[in-house]
Amino acid sequence: MTAEAALSTPPADRQDAMPTPMPEVPLLQVRGLTRRYGARIGCADVGFDLWPGEVMGIVGESGSGKSTLLSCLAGHLTPDAGEVLWRGPDGTIRDVLAMAEPERRLLGRTDWAFVHQNPRDGLRMGVSAGGNVGERLMAVGARHYGRIRSTATDWLGRVEIDAARIDDAPRSFSGGMQQRLQIARNLVTHPRLVLMDEPTGGLDVSVQARLLDLLRGLVREMGLSAIVVTHDLAVVRLLAHRLMVMKDGRVVEAGLTDQVLDDPQHAYTQLLVSSVLQV
Amino acid sequence: METEMIAPTVKAAPIASAMDAPMIDLRDVAKSFVLHTQGSVAIEVMRGATLQVRASECVALTGASGAGKSTLMRMIWGNYRVGAGSIRVAGVELRDADPRSVLALRRDRLGHVSQFLRVVPRVPAREVVAEPLLALGTPRDEAIERSEALLARLNIPPALWHLSPTTFSGGEQQRVNIARGFVHPFPVLLLDEPTASLDGANRATVLALIAEAKARGAAILGIFHDTAAREQVCDREVDVSAFTP
Ligand SMILES: Nc1ncnc2c1ncn2[C@@H]1O[C@H](COP(=O)(O)OP(=O)(O)OP(=O)(O)O)[C@@H](O)[C@H]1O
Ligand SMILES: Nc1ncnc2c1ncn2[C@@H]1O[C@H](COP(=O)(O)OP(=O)(O)OP(=O)(O)O)[C@@H](O)[C@H]1O
Ligand SMILES: [Mg+2]
Ligand SMILES: [Mg+2]
Repeated sequence: MTAEAALSTPPADRQDAMPTPMPEVPLLQVRGLTRRYGARIGCADVGFDLWPGEVMGIVGESGSGKSTLLSCLAGHLTPDAGEVLWRGPDGTIRDVLAMAEPERRLLGRTDWAFVHQNPRDGLRMGVSAGGNVGERLMAVGARHYGRIRSTATDWLGRVEIDAARIDDAPRSFSGGMQQRLQIARNLVTHPRLVLMDEPTGGLDVSVQARLLDLLRGLVREMGLSAIVVTHDLAVVRLLAHRLMVMKDGRVVEAGLTDQVLDDPQHAYTQLLVSSVLQV
Repeated sequence: METEMIAPTVKAAPIASAMDAPMIDLRDVAKSFVLHTQGSVAIEVMRGATLQVRASECVALTGASGAGKSTLMRMIWGNYRVGAGSIRVAGVELRDADPRSVLALRRDRLGHVSQFLRVVPRVPAREVVAEPLLALGTPRDEAIERSEALLARLNIPPALWHLSPTTFSGGEQQRVNIARGFVHPFPVLLLDEPTASLDGANRATVLALIAEAKARGAAILGIFHDTAAREQVCDREVDVSAFTP
């Protein structure tokens, strides 16, 4: 490789190794998303674009509307106003909020994944660990039992759950193991968009690190896009390309992650950044 | 890596044409900070910063502590916002640039060796170094091979390659950081104290890497408190005190 080759477009001999070129349309375009709970604001006038292969972090104090926003995006909550435009694999752009329920459910099983703050909300507690993962594969058409089981075993390994536990129900797992299982269940079908609400909250640091690395690998290799809500600014710095800061239901600052953290402009972001030791 | 080397005659022409426009071009850059938690007064730390770095050139930023060397570097890297004026890096205007174009710039044109290594815990050193290549779509085997070659050159023992650098010594971490910055031939490089805390042999290796980067056409801007190193690799110095308001 030479300097001038790196200057502009990749040279011909490297083109086949490049990830698919980034299309000039965002994967997700969110406009004016608003949700009230009676007189109280859940989230108000939230807008952003998310591009393929991009990870966006959302931070903000408790009650600032992060979960409300994520639930609106996922269709778990109906917003009062706004648009969520999704670019499907065929290139067509659809408003997710205007989709019929069955269609949106299908999207939720195939191209989208949602990792809940509480693993109990994202797992089937009475079904075995292997079943929790395998079920998602079957939902996208997998039929071969042996292959489903081996893929499930592989994914349990990736999130560091002992293969010997494959037939145990998540009820018998620790909170951290349940969270890892939820992540395996969600990623096994290779979704294009993952929404995560505090995915590493209850996990010890070393498991968090493993999951971060796993996610980064998927983002890089499969062009996965993700929106991750977290309180942890160190996690955000290592994982997110872009960062959105919320307060009282509104976005107060958004931009390149390291710029928002190192040169925060809004009073609230400055407070947030200065209240942690070093990130 | 070795097999990918291209004969000097092939790369001479394009580099010469790239030399016309500066790769780093600052015009009348200013910067102030407003600390909302401390009375919200605007503190002006830089004014009228103008400087250019061309291909095959290495420029050192000098000036007393607090003069603004790191601030200037950070605006070029993009983690500090450009206050006023213009900063163009490899043709990209950074003032009010959208995150996506800065990310694209960092992926293939702008490299950075920061003063301290910041990595995901538990990721092995060889992966940390290979990452810029993987992000560019380099096949995994090749990326790892190039990473290991550079780690070897920087005297990181092979026994450490599969370990996370979070437990490495300060000097080892710095060398991993340097390897990561040099593993891809970025046309623009920012170096923050690349030789601090390195012993003689490793320091010489880093200076050789810088000289090689210059020879292949990289535009380099650095902070070097190590005067001898600065004199050896830098073509000129810019004293940022001149930009202090
Ligand atoms: N079901 C609900 N009914 C009424 N108000 C609600 C409901 N859910 C959330 N809210 C309110 O909406 C606001 C935003 O809540 P949300 O759960 O989105 O915050 P959050 O940013 O996710 O907080 P946390 O970090 O604590 O999870 C809060 O004021 C909250 O009290
Ligand atoms: N994020 C920030 N918020 C507020 N002030 C800042 C910030 N970053 C830098 N400054 C101020 O800008 C001025 C220049 O600092 P800078 O770190 O650029 O100096 P330097 O030349 O790199 O010094 P040193 O040699 O000690 O590293 C200082 O007055 C510093 O306090
Ligand atoms: Mg929440
Ligand atoms: Mg400094």
